[in-house]
Amino acid sequence: MIRVQREDFDVGIELDRLAAGNHRIGGIASFIGLVRDMSGGDQVSALTLEHYPGMTEKKLVEIELEAHRRWPLDASLIIHRYGRLEPGDRVVLVATGSPHREAALAACHFLIDWLKTDAPFWKSEETPQGERWVAARAEDDAATRRWQGSTKDER
Amino acid sequence: MKLLYFAWLRARIGCAEEELALPSEVYDVAGLLDWLRSRGDGYAEALQNLAIVRVAVNQDYVGSEHPVRDGDEVAIFPPVTGG
Repeated sequence: MIRVQREDFDVGIELDRLAAGNHRIGGIASFIGLVRDMSGGDQVSALTLEHYPGMTEKKLVEIELEAHRRWPLDASLIIHRYGRLEPGDRVVLVATGSPHREAALAACHFLIDWLKTDAPFWKSEETPQGERWVAARAEDDAATRRWQGSTKDER
Repeated sequence: MKLLYFAWLRARIGCAEEELALPSEVYDVAGLLDWLRSRGDGYAEALQNLAIVRVAVNQDYVGSEHPVRDGDEVAIFPPVTGG
């Protein structure tokens, strides 16, 4: 399931709901992205996330389907927020449930790497020097490329 | 054609969205970007370095040779920074 929303989310409730009623699930892996207060050596007082409504949901659904194609997942959830957020605020939740931990952990890692380079979100930071758009990181592209190519040995 | 701009491209071009009639000589993404650059300083500045410009046609990422036609939704934006 995917959700794009302005509001915060409750991690405990979301994870409980993900496994509710499905006793095949032996483990849930999760990643929670938070707003940092430093970026490139500058203090960040807030972050505004803009996105492309329509394409965002489409890309998140595609990424989620790809994870289910690669790993035996019983459940998955991606929640991504937009709007103005402050340091410590939650930005994103990725969670995956599977009978065994390997698939859940790998798929969770895959999803967060992939959504960083594929989902149409843009961050703008408020710093003492003014507001500025965050530049894409080459490391993020490299992290996503790691998942391209063979899928067999990731299972 | 419906054009959408995001992040600093939106700021430089000066609008988030516009409806434009495509000239007949524009048939692909590269041609569209060339044509847009000729529309004014904001466009020329925003689209001068195509290494940091991404294009989606009808909400899918495409390359410069992808065809475009009237009726398409074309979004132009910088590399994404979500997550």
